[in-house]
Amino acid sequence: MNVAPLNDDLRTLYQEVILDHAKHPRNARLVERHTCKAQGNNPMCGDRVTVTAQVSDDGRLRDVGFEGKGCAISIASASMMTEALNGQTIAAARRLFDAVHDLCTGKIDADAAKAKIPEAAESVDKLASLSGVRQFPVRVKCATLPWHALMSCLDGKGQTTTTEK
Amino acid sequence: MTSHPAKKIVPAFDVAKVRADFPILSRTVHGKPLVFLDSAASAQKPRQVIDAVTKVYSDEYANVHRGAYYLSETATANYEAAREKVRGFINAKNVSEIVFTKGATEAINLVAATYGRAFIKAGDEVVITAVEHHSNIVPWQLLRDATGCVLRIAPVSPDGSVDLAEFAKVIGPKTKLVAIAHVSNVLGTVLPVREIAGLAHAAGAKIMLDGCQGIVHRHVDVQDLGCDFYVFSGHKLYGPTGIGVLWARAELLDAMPPYQGGGDMIDTVTFAKTTWAPAPAKFEAGTPPIAQAIGLGAAVDYLNSLDRVAAADHEDALLRYAMTRLAQVPGVRLIGTAPHKAAVQSFVMDGAHPHDLATVLDRHGVCVRAGHHCAQPLMEILGVSATTRASFGIYNTMEEVDVLVHALIRAQEVLL
Repeated sequence: MNVAPLNDDLRTLYQEVILDHAKHPRNARLVERHTCKAQGNNPMCGDRVTVTAQVSDDGRLRDVGFEGKGCAISIASASMMTEALNGQTIAAARRLFDAVHDLCTGKIDADAAKAKIPEAAESVDKLASLSGVRQFPVRVKCATLPWHALMSCLDGKGQTTTTEK
Repeated sequence: MTSHPAKKIVPAFDVAKVRADFPILSRTVHGKPLVFLDSAASAQKPRQVIDAVTKVYSDEYANVHRGAYYLSETATANYEAAREKVRGFINAKNVSEIVFTKGATEAINLVAATYGRAFIKAGDEVVITAVEHHSNIVPWQLLRDATGCVLRIAPVSPDGSVDLAEFAKVIGPKTKLVAIAHVSNVLGTVLPVREIAGLAHAAGAKIMLDGCQGIVHRHVDVQDLGCDFYVFSGHKLYGPTGIGVLWARAELLDAMPPYQGGGDMIDTVTFAKTTWAPAPAKFEAGTPPIAQAIGLGAAVDYLNSLDRVAAADHEDALLRYAMTRLAQVPGVRLIGTAPHKAAVQSFVMDGAHPHDLATVLDRHGVCVRAGHHCAQPLMEILGVSATTRASFGIYNTMEEVDVLVHALIRAQEVLL
């Protein structure tokens, strides 16, 4: 069995940028004039996150905020998500969701993700810091929970989504 | 030569000997020795249980209560012998009072679906406590939705105690059933079940105890406890998964309608009318978990082979040591500090979510439970979204508590 040294895996998972977003989450508020809203639930651990977004007439995300309780990974992911999405089109947001999912499950690396979404290359670089979860399979859902809620939000379902689909 | 009267020497609990019976405890996790502190979720299995289950399948397997041939007779005898072992273990009056289920959850659902549907009507009250596991909340909500009965909740004190005087306030003339944990799976609180049974009976109600944690940490004598139903699962008692027990007083089982229909639970079947077999068969439709029941019997034998008083003292010492050591870790707050407790300890740590803690602890070989412990209403009352829980079994050691504490301090270096 190939096990990386103790601290390497953990340091990769809990790197500075993740801990910073977890302790000081950006846009940790519900957007007052939101055009969509959805909740994400992880019934396994009880983590919940509510995502709100304002989509302007030209189809861009103008304001994204979240509220929730969860572990460092899910809060950091939500925080970074709100930053990455600001000003993006809905189509780009969907591609970012796919990129984050693939980064977290180890399907692609940061360069491949950037090539897929050149308009958000800088954001992808940041989001790639979440990919440390690939060494911790049970934690992948923590990283993707807010993104699932976002998708539900953009799909206009306005309902609770769970990681157990 | 003069001889002194023999002085009875009580040997200290030999935890090393117990550990040697559990093969999994010698493995490593992430290159570290396994420190298993999640027995309240499911306990590890001694060689004696593993061997018993293997023997069923490799040597003595056939369906029970059917074939008129040697193997089926043997399997039936072994299955029924397990029932007798369980009867003895909880001191039930009669072996026919022991119903095998697939788990404690099914046992509670059985009580709700049969006793509940038959005897609890609209406006009647079912009393549970704030500390219950989801499996002792949701079946009663289903019953409420089906019958219009009322679900009342006895409160929990901030330290995790269940206060008798407070409890008495939610019991009344409309109470038909009190269904409560013997020991809280989150807080470790040992509930004053004898006294609560007295309150229930004085009000003319029956009482069901969820003994999933209770039977693991305390000697259970169902007659002495004064309860009417007692349920528990096999896998938390060092036995296999897929097997649980419902004990109920014979007259209750007689009065209850069947749970599921099928083979094994009938007396005679015609298309016009079917009559039921007496308990316990009435509640065991279909082929039962044969090997699992026999494995549970082996777990009971194993526990009986130990000095259970010494084992309980060992667990209590582990709990006291863990509470002291954990409280010394900066930023750690103990959740559940009731005076009467079994070896289960929840805690939270400033700035570190339980899930992140569990991940870091795992890399140190330490298995703990993080989350809501299937008790979301209790979490809400406690004002936490999740806790980390260390739970101890007969095989844990003081050194393992030290490893836990060391790993928590390392976790602070990673997370804070």
